[in-house]
Amino acid sequence: MGVLFVVIPIALLLAGLAVAAFMWMARSGQLDDLESPARRMLFDDDDR
Amino acid sequence: MRAAGREEQFCCTGCEAARAAILGCGLDRYYEMREGAEPVGVVDDRYAALDDPAFAERYVTAHAGGLCESRLCLQGVHCVACLWLLEKLPRHVAGLVSLELDLGRSVAVVRWDAAATTLSSVARSLARFGYPPHPVEPSEARSARSRSEKRQLAELGAAAALMGNVMLLAFALYSGEIEPTYERLFRWLSAGLGIASVAWPGRVFFRGAWAALRARSWHLDAPIAIALAVGSVAGLVNVVRGSGEIYFDSLTMLVLLLLIGRWLQARQQHRATEAVELLFSLTPRSVRRVEDDGSVREVPAEAVSRGDLVEVLAERSVPVDGVIESGRSRFDESALTGESAPIERGDGDTVAAGTTNLSSVVRVRVTASGRETRIGRILETVERLSRSRVPLIGSAERLAKPFVLTVVGLGLVCLVVHTLLSGVETAVEHTVALVIVVCPCAVSIATPLATSFAIGRLATRGILVKGGDVLEALAGSPAVVFDKTGTLTDGRFAVRETVGDASVWGVVAAAEAGVAHPVGRALARLVKRGVVDDGWVVPESVEVMSSRGVVAVAGGDEFVIGSKRLMRERGIAVDAWERLHGGSAVGARVLVARNGELVAEARLGDATRPESAASLSELRGFGWEASLASGDAPEPVARVADELGLGQGCGQAAAGVTPEGKRAMVEALRAGDGGSDADAGARDRRVVFVGDGVNDAAALAAADVGVAVHGGAEASMAAADVYLNRGGLGPLVELVRAARGVTSRVRWCLGLAATYNALAAGLALAGLVSPVVAAVLMPVSSLTVFSIAVGGGRRGLGRSEGA
Repeated sequence: MGVLFVVIPIALLLAGLAVAAFMWMARSGQLDDLESPARRMLFDDDDR
Repeated sequence: MRAAGREEQFCCTGCEAARAAILGCGLDRYYEMREGAEPVGVVDDRYAALDDPAFAERYVTAHAGGLCESRLCLQGVHCVACLWLLEKLPRHVAGLVSLELDLGRSVAVVRWDAAATTLSSVARSLARFGYPPHPVEPSEARSARSRSEKRQLAELGAAAALMGNVMLLAFALYSGEIEPTYERLFRWLSAGLGIASVAWPGRVFFRGAWAALRARSWHLDAPIAIALAVGSVAGLVNVVRGSGEIYFDSLTMLVLLLLIGRWLQARQQHRATEAVELLFSLTPRSVRRVEDDGSVREVPAEAVSRGDLVEVLAERSVPVDGVIESGRSRFDESALTGESAPIERGDGDTVAAGTTNLSSVVRVRVTASGRETRIGRILETVERLSRSRVPLIGSAERLAKPFVLTVVGLGLVCLVVHTLLSGVETAVEHTVALVIVVCPCAVSIATPLATSFAIGRLATRGILVKGGDVLEALAGSPAVVFDKTGTLTDGRFAVRETVGDASVWGVVAAAEAGVAHPVGRALARLVKRGVVDDGWVVPESVEVMSSRGVVAVAGGDEFVIGSKRLMRERGIAVDAWERLHGGSAVGARVLVARNGELVAEARLGDATRPESAASLSELRGFGWEASLASGDAPEPVARVADELGLGQGCGQAAAGVTPEGKRAMVEALRAGDGGSDADAGARDRRVVFVGDGVNDAAALAAADVGVAVHGGAEASMAAADVYLNRGGLGPLVELVRAARGVTSRVRWCLGLAATYNALAAGLALAGLVSPVVAAVLMPVSSLTVFSIAVGGGRRGLGRSEGA
């Protein structure tokens, strides 16, 4: 069970990273428009 | 394909098929009937104004390397195909570097190379592809909104992560199968995460409570803040002591649920506000300025100043206040004054910004532009009024005071009783459990949730609600003041009544079709309104007698169509007809003579919308008390009031009311019922104002709830809390039904929450609420409320009444 002392900080660190990533996404406006990018990725870029 | 004797071209086989189907069914009159349909790809010189430095200063952001950026609202964006097409454009339009479309909002961010092209040519390309662009003015309010929305979302994410981690630890702690060392570790970790959640995303509640405290008012944030603070402190003390309960699982859950409710509501309100702002951008702001060399150039409205000469085309709105230098035309001034009849103005007459030039081109010497115009000053008043407005107090806020007092009172009782019974330690524990368990979490969630769902659904039906608190006001029985022109009536001249030989109207409609005069247009519309069965009877010749009427020859008969004066001039006997029909006639009249003998008469006026009466009676059924305030002349006002039964009983019908008068009327209604605290029932009487014109803007802003109806002026849209994107009162009734649905749903939730809280408080007082019970009870109550608020919202909009 001693491993908990190592595992929990790692888990919290990962959670912290996820939160930081989410906050960066929210602040940089990536979540403002959830519709267009979802469709955009389906377009073919064949004639580029 | 060939149709109507000429070669026609189509954008795609779909359109060609549709046209073929319409023609194939013999429905070609569709193309005569349809109104407001603009041919696709009309490219006019209006876009030249986009290159003016005065425009660029406000709308264009310059980046390094000669790149410029601007936001354009694109008309006609529907679906993924539009997105695909638009985002491929940079490859085909020289100088256009990138175009990024937000499909939901129809707003595109365009970047272009200033050295290679201009914004106007980009705009023309977009228009040529069928998406006429309209520049979106960057506004401080919008960027502030978007910043706060992003912050809310970020904090919501943090609250969710913290809650999830605390819950994991709580599971281990509640299981009981845990070694003391790890139990201590878990308790400390819970305390750390829980306090982080309360202090960071949860700080909005402390801020709200503090603001309310400073303003000496009551707010539901206060009991929440008390619960959070008491719970955190007690939990922390117990963690340090190493025994007793910690409450961080309940607290983090509370913070998350409350934040979700708030975020949803804020988002829906921002959406609606933004949709209204985008509608502003559709109004063209360019002005045709006459340069010194006599040429006419399109410039942005900002570039025009006093003393300039501007040209106003027919059917465009007048952009400035000024004096007519040349030309003569009729103006629709209803937006400013409420006057329904068009007014003729010529050399030396003044015209005001916001009015519409109806018939012919005039040149106007500018006396005031922008903020200096009368309409600009009204807008400024509106902004001032809406800034200083006292927010509506909803029932949830009204609950705050008894709530706080009850919580504090019960807490003290609990503390004292249990201290006497079993010592301080147990007493504190029971009191903390009580405070947390009765926290008005359910109450605070129910209102924003139910409201945000209603606002979202209403928005899809063209009803844009800018604030959630107005729904509650609309669900009551407020006093309502209606504007007449454009609200209860169509706002334009129409034939209200015809007398005499009905067979002549086919000729009249056809003869008047080419006349730009508003009366002529109203007569031409006779065909569309189904008054004439046989459709057009095209006359062999038509002669327009200046503005007095028309002489037409059809089928060998000579028709004289016009005023009484024209009849007298042409030697047609009027007196006999007058004795027969003239007595009761009101409003503008058009006489028709066939071969020198009067045979028919049309009476024109601003017609009442067909659904107004039914809508009004439904509103009265909800307990609304309706009045009428119009800037129009007494006679048409009295007629409309009469038709709709307004001004009888407690309501009033006032004519010739100035914009200031309308505002005073609204304020008098508010003060009359709200001033005396003696009558608590009457104090709840809210005042709703429904209108469309600039002359209504001040009243819209002064009312508890301002409702701007379709086709309204920009000032009225800015002032109103609600904008109805469809004409008439139908959407208003729909809105009121939805509001009543929301309110009854919220009342359900509140009742449920109150029952739950009373029960929980009783248990806690008896010392029966262990933290596990609290931890289970609290989310159960919240989730019940959640599902009522959301689940009820899923039901059909029209039937949401009894939910």
